[in-house]
Amino acid sequence: MAELQLKSVEKMYGNGFKAVHGIDLDVKDGEFMVLVGPSGCAKSTTLRMIAGLETISGGEIRIGDKIINDLTPGKRGIAMVFQNYALYPHMKVRKNLSFGLKLKRKPKDEIEESTGEVSGILEIDELLDRLPKQLSGGQAQRVAVGRALIKSPEVFLFDEPLSNLDAKLRASMRVRITDLHKRLREEGRPATVIYVTHDQVEAMTMGDRICVMKDGHIMQVADPVTLYEKPANAFVAGFIGMPEMNLADAELSLDGGAKLTLAGQTITAPADLAARLNAAPGPVTMGIRPQHMTLTPDGEENAFSGTIHNIEFMGHEVNVHVTVGEASFIAVVPTSQFDLKLQRGDRVGLRPTGTQMHIFDKASGENVSLAQ
Amino acid sequence: MTAIPQISADTLANMEKQRRRARVSSTFRYSLLIIVGLIMVYPLVWMFGASFKTNAEIFSSPSFWPKEPTVQGYIDGWQTSTPYTFAKFFGNSMLIIIPKMIGTAISCTLVAYGFARFDFPFKKIIFSTVIATLLLPNVVTRIPQYLLFRDIGWLDSFLPLWVPSALAGDAFFVFMLIQFLRAIPRDMEEAARVDGANTLQTLIYIVVPMLMPALISVCLFQFMWTMNDFLGPLIYLSSVENYPISLALKLSIDTTEAFAWNQILAMSCLALAPSLFVFFMAQKYFIEGISTGGVKG
Repeated sequence: MAELQLKSVEKMYGNGFKAVHGIDLDVKDGEFMVLVGPSGCAKSTTLRMIAGLETISGGEIRIGDKIINDLTPGKRGIAMVFQNYALYPHMKVRKNLSFGLKLKRKPKDEIEESTGEVSGILEIDELLDRLPKQLSGGQAQRVAVGRALIKSPEVFLFDEPLSNLDAKLRASMRVRITDLHKRLREEGRPATVIYVTHDQVEAMTMGDRICVMKDGHIMQVADPVTLYEKPANAFVAGFIGMPEMNLADAELSLDGGAKLTLAGQTITAPADLAARLNAAPGPVTMGIRPQHMTLTPDGEENAFSGTIHNIEFMGHEVNVHVTVGEASFIAVVPTSQFDLKLQRGDRVGLRPTGTQMHIFDKASGENVSLAQ
Repeated sequence: MTAIPQISADTLANMEKQRRRARVSSTFRYSLLIIVGLIMVYPLVWMFGASFKTNAEIFSSPSFWPKEPTVQGYIDGWQTSTPYTFAKFFGNSMLIIIPKMIGTAISCTLVAYGFARFDFPFKKIIFSTVIATLLLPNVVTRIPQYLLFRDIGWLDSFLPLWVPSALAGDAFFVFMLIQFLRAIPRDMEEAARVDGANTLQTLIYIVVPMLMPALISVCLFQFMWTMNDFLGPLIYLSSVENYPISLALKLSIDTTEAFAWNQILAMSCLALAPSLFVFFMAQKYFIEGISTGGVKG
C-alpha cells in the first residue's frame, strides 16, 4: 500500500522566506494526483520535499505507514522523472535504466529481465545501446520514465516532465503516461503518482484529482469536474478553464431573488443562485465562464449592456470580448450562432445562462455560492 | 521584364581595386604571422638540429641543419657523467609525476565537489582562504615548507613533492574544477540520489565521468608543470639517484669542465618528448576542459 500523506508540511529557506505554508494532502493508493499552479506557487518544492531533495522545515510526510521525513531519497520508495530528463550522459540507455537496480545489488539476470520488461512497455528496446545525446526529446523522456518504472517504486514523482516537448509530442506522451498508469492498475500493481505541471490541460486530462496551489498554499483539491464546476475560490475559478472565467466586482442584493448590479445595470441572477448562496448582500465578485454567457441584442432584459472591443475567430467558436463599465468579459459563441455582422464598437447584451454562475466573497475570494 | 542593370566600367574598376587590396592585405598579414611564428619556433628547431651536430659545429654556424649529422650526443648524453643512465632520471621523473598526478586528481575532485555542491559552516571563509593561496607566490612558502618537511624527516625523498598535491594543495586545480562543476546541472546528481546512490557513489559514478574533460586538463597541467619543475626537486632532493630529468640536465652543466652542449641539447630534446606526447594525445579533452571550465566559468 502506498498512500502518501502530507501533514502541515512547511518549507522555510535560510533567508527567512517561507515557500510552503503548512500544507495537508492525502493521496490515495494508486491515485494520479496532479499539483498545478502558476510558477512560484511551490508545487515543485513540494514535490522535491516528497522526494527528499529538499529538507522539510516542519510537518510530516508519510508513505504507507512510515514517516519518511529524514530518509534519504533512495530509501523513500520513490522514483522521479525530471523536467529535463536528467539521464546520465555518459551511460547508455541500458545502464541508465539499470543504474538504480545495480546500486541495490540486484542479481544480474533480474536486472536484465526488468530492463527487458520496461523497455518493452515503453517501446525503447531499440534504443538500449544508445547514449542519451543520440535520443530525441520524446525518446529521452520515455527512457526517463523507464528509469522510474524499473524500480517499481511506491510513489512516482513527475516534475513537469512534458514541458520540454513540442505540442504534438506532449499530447501523445500525455496519453502514454495515463495509459501506463491505467495499465499498472489493471495489472494489480497500482502506482501512486504525483505529477507537477503548470499546464492546466495536462492537469485536467491526466489527474484523478488535482491539487491547485498558490504561493505555498493549497487552494483546492478535487477531481477535474468538481474543480471546473465548483471552484472553491476565485483563484481556482480563474486558473482552471480556457478562456479563463470572467470575474467582475458587482453588488449583490437579495430582495425577491438574487440580483446583481454592475456598472449601474441590474440583472436577476439565474434562479438557482439564490438557493445556493451563503452570502450577505453587498459587494461581491461574480464569476461566470465564457461558455455560459450568451450575446443578445442590446437593451434586452436581464442582460448587461456592453461594447464589443475585440472579436477572436477560433474556427468552431468565436471569442467575443465585451466591456461593461470597467469590467471586461469574454463570451464564447459557437460560430454557427454568431452574427457575423457584429464588429468592434457595436453595443450588445450579455446574458448569463444555465446554472453556472458563481459568487465569491470579495475579501477572501471564497466561493459563497456552493450548495450546502 | 526588368532590365538587368549595367555595371559601369567605374564600378568594375572599383571592385577590382578592392579585391587587389584585400589580396595584398592578407598576403601581408600571413607573411607577418609566418615570420613571427618562425622567430618563436626557431630556437626549438635549432635545438633539435643542434642535438645532431658535433660539439665543435654548434657554435660555428647559426644554421639548424647539421653538416655532419651524428647521434653521438644522444649516446654520450644518455650515459651521463654519473653512475646512472638517463633512463634512471626519466624513471625518477615518472615516479614523481604519476603519484602526484593521481593524488591531485583525487584530492582536488573531492575538495571541489565539496565546495561546489555542499553547504557547511564557514564555507565562505574556507573557500576564500583556498583562493587566497592562489595569489600567494610559491616562493613565499618555500622556506616554511622546507623547515616543516625537514622536521618530519622527509628530505631527500619524493614525499615533499607528492603529499601537498595529494592533499589538494594546488588551489588552481580546485578552482578550475569548481568552475567546471558549477556549469554542470545538478539534476543528474539528484537523479542518482533518487536512484539510491550515496554521496560517494554519486561522485564516482555520475560526477567524475561528467568532470572528465576538466580532470584530463588537470592531469595534463600537473604533468607538464611537474616535468618542468626545477626548484621543487632542487630543494628537497639531494642524492643524484633521486634526481628527475630537470635536475639531471643541470647536472651535465655542473660537472663537466667544458660543457658538452650537444649532449645537453640531445637530452633536452628527449626531456621535451613526454610532455609533447601527452599533450597531443589529450589535446582534444584538454581544450574542452579549459574552455568550459576555467574560462567560461
